[in-house]
Amino acid sequence: MSPFFTVRTLLIGALIVFLALLPVYVVATGQFFPLTLFTRIVILALAATSLNLILGYGGMVSFGHAAYLGVGAYVIGILSKEGITSGFAQWPLALAVCALFALVVGALCLRTRGVYFIMITLAFAQMIYYVAVGLDRYGGDDGLIIYRRSQFAGLIDLSGKVQFYYLCLVLLFAAIWLVSRLANSRFGMVIQGGRSNDRRMRAIGFPIFRYRLAGFVIAGMMCGLAGVLLANHTDFISPAVMHWTRSGDLIVMIVLGGIGSLFGPLIGAVTLLMLEEGLSRVTEYWQIIVGPLLLFIVVYAHGGIDGILASLRRG
Amino acid sequence: MLQIRDLTKRFGGVLASDGISLDVPVGELHAIIGPNGAGKSTLVGQLAGEISPDNGRIFFNGRDMTRLPTHRRSELGLARSFQITCLFLDFTVLDNVALAVQAHAGHSFRLWRPARNDKELRGPARAALARVGLESRADVICANLSHGEHRQLEIAMALATVPRMLVLDEPMAGMGPEESARMIALLGELKAEQTILLIEHDMDAVFRLADRITVLVDGRVIASGTPDDIRADAEVRQAYLGGHEARRHG
Repeated sequence: MSPFFTVRTLLIGALIVFLALLPVYVVATGQFFPLTLFTRIVILALAATSLNLILGYGGMVSFGHAAYLGVGAYVIGILSKEGITSGFAQWPLALAVCALFALVVGALCLRTRGVYFIMITLAFAQMIYYVAVGLDRYGGDDGLIIYRRSQFAGLIDLSGKVQFYYLCLVLLFAAIWLVSRLANSRFGMVIQGGRSNDRRMRAIGFPIFRYRLAGFVIAGMMCGLAGVLLANHTDFISPAVMHWTRSGDLIVMIVLGGIGSLFGPLIGAVTLLMLEEGLSRVTEYWQIIVGPLLLFIVVYAHGGIDGILASLRRG
Repeated sequence: MLQIRDLTKRFGGVLASDGISLDVPVGELHAIIGPNGAGKSTLVGQLAGEISPDNGRIFFNGRDMTRLPTHRRSELGLARSFQITCLFLDFTVLDNVALAVQAHAGHSFRLWRPARNDKELRGPARAALARVGLESRADVICANLSHGEHRQLEIAMALATVPRMLVLDEPMAGMGPEESARMIALLGELKAEQTILLIEHDMDAVFRLADRITVLVDGRVIASGTPDDIRADAEVRQAYLGGHEARRHG
């Protein structure tokens, strides 16, 4: 067994403590901007974590994962516009719609491999994007303002910035925990075996398709949850939520943080969005810096930032 | 146990399987030999369900499995090893075999309990590794094994599925003489427990191990019989064994 206190575990621990204590700082200083920023980071980290389940562990490079972000967000937006603001109705329905969407998309896409899989997942995401653009009643291209966040009968007030942040954070850690359990279960071994050697999986007797599909649906629902949170966070939905570049961002987060690493998506989301935030103040061409960084990671560190941390010796 | 009837597969203008018929009764070690391009790999592909035949039937335990998908054949008890090593290279050796055990231990929609602590999987996996002499390498990452060890692991993976029949595709491919000798000894032991279809280039191994031999040339069965029959067969000598091989074994 590797020692518990490595550079990696210490840094990840520090990140967790930082995320957990951020509201204390914010409340003490009265500066709420960092909380808004980090709520967004946490939500997108949740989306990236869900993608990591299929992309990192399962080797299924979905290039349309932001579609679930969009579907989750739109269910909230549409229901709210139609006067249904109860979270007890909105949230389960959003997750159910995402599950159904993932089931249909997965059932078709998972019959293909490699570049075809990437392209067909992208195609489905674009399709749903243009469906959203065409929804005139719900703002079409311009999007839709959500006037009331999901109501939970006084149980939790999503309009309270700190409460909402903690809800997102708890859901993120729950998702990371869930992914960790899944990845190490029998189910996870099948998913990872499929990434490693599809042919052998069939030869030893696994009907791999149904396991992949299940993973695809779980990831879709988890990302849908991120969409639900995002809609409540921004009080606004628009097709931009599921633009294909957003799917690309999610992949970039995973690659940066570490493909198939439990905390990789979180590390990647924090890194990418902090870089975006910091650098865009300096120059509007902030991607000029992020691009080479990504290139460096891809070429020299396949394990992403988490992989670099893991390779560092203690002290 | 295995019956192949009139199996035919055409790739463009090439008849890779030309009306192959074959019977392997329970307990037999049946070897298939033939020069490169004789259609041995195509035959294995059709048995495994990776290649779909144009014509003919494959029966396993009396059941027609000509159109069954690969994983169903494994479930029915037909295990195969690969000529070119086909393993989970980023897994440990034990994880490789445990996954093969898991494939035959009920469904895998078990989402919560860690599979790596599961005695139900680990125990049989270790036993399969011990069977092929790899138990000391259980925790090594598969990619770090030697070629010979990969070949052993191939066999362990097949055994871990508790098969009723093994189809071994050139288990000695690329092995040195010492490794080959060890593999021959292992196959000799397995022969007592398993029905085996052995596709092999190594003539020493084939003539030492096989109960019966089928010779494949240009997708056709040109001879089938005991090793002695095959040695004596004039057509085989001419078409395949050649002067040198025939003298050595005859």
